[in-house]
Amino acid sequence: MELHAKNENKEIIKPPISSVGVLGWIRENLFSSPFNTILTIIIISILWFSIIPFLKWALIDSCWLPDSNCRETGGACWSVISSNYKIILFGFYPQNILWRPITAIFLLVSLLIISRNRNYWNAFLGYSWIISLVIMGILLKGGVLGLESVDIERWGGIILTLLLSVFGLTAAYPLGILLALGRQSKMPVIKTFCVFYIELIRGVPLISLLFMSSVVFPLFLPEGVSINGILRAQVAIIMFTAAYIAEVVRGGLQGMNKGQFEAADSIGLNYLQTMRLIILPQALKIVIPPSVSVLISAFKDTSLVVIIGLYDLLKTTQSTLSDPKWMGFSAEAYIFIAIIYFVCCFFMSNYSRKLEKELDTGL
Amino acid sequence: MSKEKTKKEDISSEDRVIEIINMHKWYGDFHVLNNINITVKKKEIIVVCGPSGSGKSTLIRCINRLEEHQKGQIIVDGIELTKDLKNIEKVRSEVGMVFQHFNLFPHLTIVENLTIGPIWVRKVPKKEAVEIAMYYLEKVQIAEQAAKFPGQLSGGQQQRVAIARSLCMKPNIMLFDEATSALDPEMVKEVLDVIISLAQDGMTMIVVTHEMGFAKSVAHRVLFMDEGEIIEENEPEEFFNNPQNDRTKLFLSQILY
Repeated sequence: MELHAKNENKEIIKPPISSVGVLGWIRENLFSSPFNTILTIIIISILWFSIIPFLKWALIDSCWLPDSNCRETGGACWSVISSNYKIILFGFYPQNILWRPITAIFLLVSLLIISRNRNYWNAFLGYSWIISLVIMGILLKGGVLGLESVDIERWGGIILTLLLSVFGLTAAYPLGILLALGRQSKMPVIKTFCVFYIELIRGVPLISLLFMSSVVFPLFLPEGVSINGILRAQVAIIMFTAAYIAEVVRGGLQGMNKGQFEAADSIGLNYLQTMRLIILPQALKIVIPPSVSVLISAFKDTSLVVIIGLYDLLKTTQSTLSDPKWMGFSAEAYIFIAIIYFVCCFFMSNYSRKLEKELDTGL
Repeated sequence: MSKEKTKKEDISSEDRVIEIINMHKWYGDFHVLNNINITVKKKEIIVVCGPSGSGKSTLIRCINRLEEHQKGQIIVDGIELTKDLKNIEKVRSEVGMVFQHFNLFPHLTIVENLTIGPIWVRKVPKKEAVEIAMYYLEKVQIAEQAAKFPGQLSGGQQQRVAIARSLCMKPNIMLFDEATSALDPEMVKEVLDVIISLAQDGMTMIVVTHEMGFAKSVAHRVLFMDEGEIIEENEPEEFFNNPQNDRTKLFLSQILY
């Protein structure tokens, strides 16, 4: 009762005005001491003298229209993009039927965006994915339904980059989980195999795996049999990424409390049920940040396929720049593909943060 | 003497829910459990006490095979525990266990924690499993928290959920491994009350605990363990008022103050 009375009489004390609001923030964070004031002024002037000229170069002095004469203006030449975007984005895909890859990519991106929301995760979405993948395949490859057939060797640019990364990452993740579980297995043969696999793959650079898949691997195939170069690169990327995912997932499994296994055992769940229902949902949640790092770097590593002669986004850009007409405008072209890579990576890291927040249950 | 003997033979094999015969266990060279012999009858409540490190927890963890014994026999509900996984899973679904640290599944809601066993092990339809879950949540007086996550509950509430989770599997036997040791003092009673109400319902239980008041009022038999052996075994009255062994006397003098 006394306590109650005390609370009622208590004055509500507000924080001093100088510490709240925009002015308060500026004073607190930018001008709190003479040293900080000097730092703030120096940094603002550096930004001023770097960003303003950059914006002038990129936006004001630049030329945008295809085939305009860039060399006379002092700014950026975005014409290199607007004149060559078909080659950069789609490689040697026949230019008269570009609507097919565009539709396929549109389909893929919309499915990815819908799949971001976990409320939509149901059987219907699963079927939509399967059907859409078939449609995408038909659109890209053609040869049926009156669509002109396009050789897989001609797939390039963003088609190839997305193909390698979307399939690479979705196949590598479950494979990595299996490897991580295998590494923890009590069965010596499985355990040894997984340890050997993971250490071997992690011990070599991706480039050497890609070379192996394109140069060494065909030597072992019987005469007359050839496996498509893209497929071989795809397998190399999956194998490589899976090894890294496995180690990340293993970290999550080791972080699990022993009590969780015991509780699952004590209610009679078997190994598969325990892993699927109890352990993996928790362990994978813990390792969302590092797994996304692995996935992002794997996504960017797909650009290494240039060294085995596949025309991914980076290679098509380079080939455009080797045209004498566009020589010297590499900055603009690379900025353009950097933006594409950045958007994709940002999408992934943004999604991982969203997922972490959604899965947070307060323990 | 002869009367005693006939009494023992009266216990038909059906009444013997747990039988542990000449059981030994080692951790490496360390002899954790040394020649354990226990018979537990149906509806019997046994309290196991003893100093820390005496093997009490290990003993009850052997009963549902969270720990493996290396010698002797453990027979639960007529099933002998061996390396056979099928038998182990069967025994585990008959034996409920409550842990010191609750071990609820933090990524699942309370009601999901309770239904996961019935749905996946007993193959009960989901709707029915939820009904069972709500019945037991009601019983441990926590039904209003069903949609929350374990991290949002107090320790006492979590432990009551853990008990309800075990009960949902409709076990014949419940094992309590220091179920109140990790709780704040004011929450011990709410958990003990639940255990006592189970006792009144006639559940067979083995309870490892330091709550001597509980042992006195609820147990049918008290086992005292030290250094991996069962030193003394008696009805609670005799055990507390007239301990026979010197080690028991020492232990009781240390904890009863």
